[in-house]
Amino acid sequence: MHTRVGRLVARRLLNAIPVILIVAVGIFVLLELAAGDAVDAYLAGTGGDAAFAERLRREWGLDRSLVVRFLAYMEAVVALDFGRSVAVSMPVLDAIGQRLPVTLLMMGSAVLLSAALGSVLGGIAALHRGRLLDGGITVVGLVLNAMPNFWLGLLFMVALVVKLEWFPPFGVASLTPPPGFLARALDVAWHLVLPVLTLALTYMALYLRLMRGAMIETAASDWVRAAEARGLPRGRIIRRHIARPALLPVVTMLGLQTGNLLGGSVVVETVFSVPGLGSLAYEAVHQRDLPLIAGILLAGTVLVIVVNLLVDLAYAWLDPRVADSRSGRP
Amino acid sequence: MTRFARGWATGGRIGGAILLALAAVAVAAPWIAPGDPLAIAGRPLLPPFTDDRFPLGTDQLGRDVLAGLVHGAGASLIVGLAAAAAAIGIGILVGTVAGFFGGVADEALMRLTEAFQTVPTFLLALAMVSVLGASADHVVLAIAVSSWPATARLVRAEILSLKRRDYVDAARLAGMPPLAIAFREVLPGALQPVVALIGVTVGAAILVESSLAFLGLGDPNQVTWGGMVANGRAALRSAPQLVALPGAAVALTVLAVSLLGDGIAARLAPRRDR
Repeated sequence: MHTRVGRLVARRLLNAIPVILIVAVGIFVLLELAAGDAVDAYLAGTGGDAAFAERLRREWGLDRSLVVRFLAYMEAVVALDFGRSVAVSMPVLDAIGQRLPVTLLMMGSAVLLSAALGSVLGGIAALHRGRLLDGGITVVGLVLNAMPNFWLGLLFMVALVVKLEWFPPFGVASLTPPPGFLARALDVAWHLVLPVLTLALTYMALYLRLMRGAMIETAASDWVRAAEARGLPRGRIIRRHIARPALLPVVTMLGLQTGNLLGGSVVVETVFSVPGLGSLAYEAVHQRDLPLIAGILLAGTVLVIVVNLLVDLAYAWLDPRVADSRSGRP
Repeated sequence: MTRFARGWATGGRIGGAILLALAAVAVAAPWIAPGDPLAIAGRPLLPPFTDDRFPLGTDQLGRDVLAGLVHGAGASLIVGLAAAAAAIGIGILVGTVAGFFGGVADEALMRLTEAFQTVPTFLLALAMVSVLGASADHVVLAIAVSSWPATARLVRAEILSLKRRDYVDAARLAGMPPLAIAFREVLPGALQPVVALIGVTVGAAILVESSLAFLGLGDPNQVTWGGMVANGRAALRSAPQLVALPGAAVALTVLAVSLLGDGIAARLAPRRDR
């Protein structure tokens, strides 16, 4: 078992290398398109698109040093040197490290909440398949899925912060945090309720659909019919024989959704002024801080890879057959 | 037909009707609300239903909210459709070549697909628009480049299951060039499941476009719903409708797109009954 899991981890990490390399090359290309060289200075006066700039660079022989520039860039990436950010005036890596914990806390809570809500609602819908409750839950899922996350966040802001004053308007902690660890943790939790709820609700629909479909499928399976024939109590059949296997695709989706949630957190953190990776990305984009943008893209990629690895491990633990299979995922 | 399939069919019709209405509004925008929707038209922060000239009121700068909503429909629909079409196009191209030719091409293209699937989609789109500059073309390009992998994977899987069929061998024996076989003989059979992806892709593209505009990366010369929400945010206390109305327009459009998409998908796969 242990060697099998070890092999799974090794295979995942090996697969990650080309992915990170391609992303690094892509970022280099993107930054080259924006680099402030002679061509850009020329185009700033006359105007022209990226393709035209590219042609000019070829004509002017600027592409000759490209290989040299590229090698230097890759060397820096391997050495984890992402340069210095102008927007926050500190090394890019430090800025990302400083902002990451808040975003991880927010995303982690949102992922768990949306998966829990989605699977419970999807399960209820599946058990009432074709009836009014099923239709109602499906419609709620569709509507939530169609809402822009910034809009839902601002609606919460109007109703629960401005009108009812139930929640604090911004940040992750009060300006003067209360004394004591527990009180401070509660203070942070209080600040994160609305951002987490906004993220969780807008990403819930996917889990809802997945769980509903999977439960309808397992409910029709032979082992469920066998359990019914054995006269097992209905609640036990639903929990052990229908819901449990149906949770596996939900767990897989937890990992696949990480990147989307990270993107969503850029918007949601901006709405609620949460000082995380998302608002850092916003600052980077608005000040066109290229090293910071590049660093955040790479960090986001690595984060997605790490979370997917963790999900694979969780999956292997839930379903021991997985570690045996070639792909690691069905 | 089960009750649920009937539900999707009704939903599909409702979605289609809403989309048609939105498209009509977008086309008729110059007649419904003549002039530049970004121009100052009246007194600032007029509440809705108080002035006949501005049925939905004005924003902080005195711009007509109704005019903004009406003109924003076109921007949202065009960018969403163009980006989704481009993304699906790239996906079909990559998926077909990878699936049909296999070997090194497949390996390389699938690594590329995996890389694009791993990079957080919205972060990539955000970075691209920021680096290339905010314009409608760049927004379309950024969304397309960041959202093609799902289509590519689906098409590749379909092509793999089709390329060993007899009619493919027949085409090969008839001396048809491989590219022609891939795109003219095999691809059409693989397209049906792609149709189910259209609704999801268009809806996601519209949401990404509105998020980019909300973050200030929309085309500055065009009125966008996301941009209107961002602008209304400053008056959240006194005039929440400036945020509520354009956001509701985005939600309605995406809902209509997904209803229509689900309706079409359910119709194409009637036996699956989900």
